[in-house]
Amino acid sequence: MTTLEASSPLAARQAVVVRWLAVAWSWLFLALLLVFFEVWARAAYDTSFLLNRFNIQSITLFAVAPLLLALGQTLVIISGGIDLSVGFTMGLAAVICARLMQWLDPALGPELSLVIGILAAFAVALIPGLTNGYLIAWLGVPAFIGTLGMYGIARGTGFLAAGGTTVPVRNEYLAFLGNDRILGIPVPVIITILVVLLMHYVLSQSRFGQYTYAIGGNREAAIRAGINVKRHTMAIYVIAALCAAMSGVLYTARFSAGAAQAGEPLLLDAIAAVVIGGASLFGGSGTIIGTVIGALIIAVIQYGLVFINVEPFWQFVAVGVVIIISVLVDQSRSRLTGAHQEDR
Amino acid sequence: MKATPILSVEGLSKRFGGVHALEQVSFELFPGEVLALAGDNGAGKSTLIKAISGVYRPDDGRILYKGEPVAFDNPRQARDLGIETIYQDLALADNLDIGANVFLGREPLRRLFGLLPALDRKRMRQEALQAIETLDIEIKRLDVPVRTLSGGQRQAVAIGRAIYWKAEILIMDEPTAALGVPEQRKVRALVEGLKEQKVGVIFISHNLGDIFAVADRILVLRRGIMAGIRRTADTDADEIVKLMVGG
Repeated sequence: MTTLEASSPLAARQAVVVRWLAVAWSWLFLALLLVFFEVWARAAYDTSFLLNRFNIQSITLFAVAPLLLALGQTLVIISGGIDLSVGFTMGLAAVICARLMQWLDPALGPELSLVIGILAAFAVALIPGLTNGYLIAWLGVPAFIGTLGMYGIARGTGFLAAGGTTVPVRNEYLAFLGNDRILGIPVPVIITILVVLLMHYVLSQSRFGQYTYAIGGNREAAIRAGINVKRHTMAIYVIAALCAAMSGVLYTARFSAGAAQAGEPLLLDAIAAVVIGGASLFGGSGTIIGTVIGALIIAVIQYGLVFINVEPFWQFVAVGVVIIISVLVDQSRSRLTGAHQEDR
Repeated sequence: MKATPILSVEGLSKRFGGVHALEQVSFELFPGEVLALAGDNGAGKSTLIKAISGVYRPDDGRILYKGEPVAFDNPRQARDLGIETIYQDLALADNLDIGANVFLGREPLRRLFGLLPALDRKRMRQEALQAIETLDIEIKRLDVPVRTLSGGQRQAVAIGRAIYWKAEILIMDEPTAALGVPEQRKVRALVEGLKEQKVGVIFISHNLGDIFAVADRILVLRRGIMAGIRRTADTDADEIVKLMVGG
């Protein structure tokens, strides 16, 4: 059935347009949002929304935590999986980071305790990452179920480690990481940009990225091509957990406290960012740039609605509508450029 | 066909528990020859190609590749020697383009800014195109995912991949099963092209039309034993069907 579509010139041209739209629509949407808030700001408050450094800093800071979760989630979703545990992995990492720093500070001083605290956050995130990968790749547990189990485990251990409350921490270097600026750009934003560049390179230019797409497109084909699919799947879930740990460290730095529930509201925002960015939940498609745009769209909606004094609950409605639109766009794209869900 | 055989199978047997899936099967395959495997369901066709391509280890008998005895622990080893298998599902990653599929698992790299290793997509596309053009298949766009291609074109990508990686024996499992009539004709032409390139082809088919159109010889299996092997020129459909069902 795809034959006819691809071979008739009209349909081919149509497909090119749709493919272009599917890539560009999230950019257009982001631009429209910005124009909307800009116009509103000028009309209602006689001020600029965009040409305001405070707004830009706030939006980008807002986007940092869900974006970091979404970066790892992008790889997971492209490979055809999903990771529901990253939100609480982030919380667990934040708590462990804060606890260790607080505990080691008197003995080791702020520098060493900072380094150990951050390393410990990444180390503890390896446990859910490796476990997810083992369950899914070796034991054949569906990703949704395996990571849902890990969601509970990370949640429980996070709260246990925190003693049921938030863990405050005082450390001047940590405060720099969380709240300082370099050339006017908040440090967490700079760190996130570096992670984005790294992930974009890995996904779009490396064999690792190519195999991630191949596994999501046709796992069997990837196996027959000699790709070590099990090890690769494991690596993807570990990367997702490490991104969550990064997010947890930045959370602790920004709020000078670790909290087990730090990532709880972010998980669905992260998945939404990936989907809005053009990834298919069936696997095989998605990009880092798309995910960044998706995360920015969500952040602009959330911040912008507060900015124009709309009741905050409308944020959820707006983000929900955008998610549904993006899935509809994805579906019409696959219908016109060759079905992929139905083919399998 | 007086050349040395590229593949000799001698007394090959495979049992699963008490079931004799293959019993004492022997044949030879020559470069540029097309051998059809015919037989009813459960006759052992798939078991035979899996034993040759390294999926199963035979219990008895031996396989000689270019005169040397070989034993494969996995399909990778067979492929590295030049024995490629194309299954019905073609094993293509539908979301990737032709170049990415031809090179999947063996991608060439270039240096980004003279420093970072990066996939050399341009080279993958160009060389994939060359491999497919030797098959007389026209591909309009190289940068689209292969799910947008027709069934015959997809078959060409799978075959092109095998040829690019210097397959000397190509095993095809029901290459025309899921295709329309024009596409079937295209695949027959593809097999003819392989002959000219001196590739030995083994193909499984239920379609006697295909078999008589492209095969040089026909090996008929019945319940794991060789019911017979015939030159296509010396036999007809009636005889082959009789061999398949027995009697």
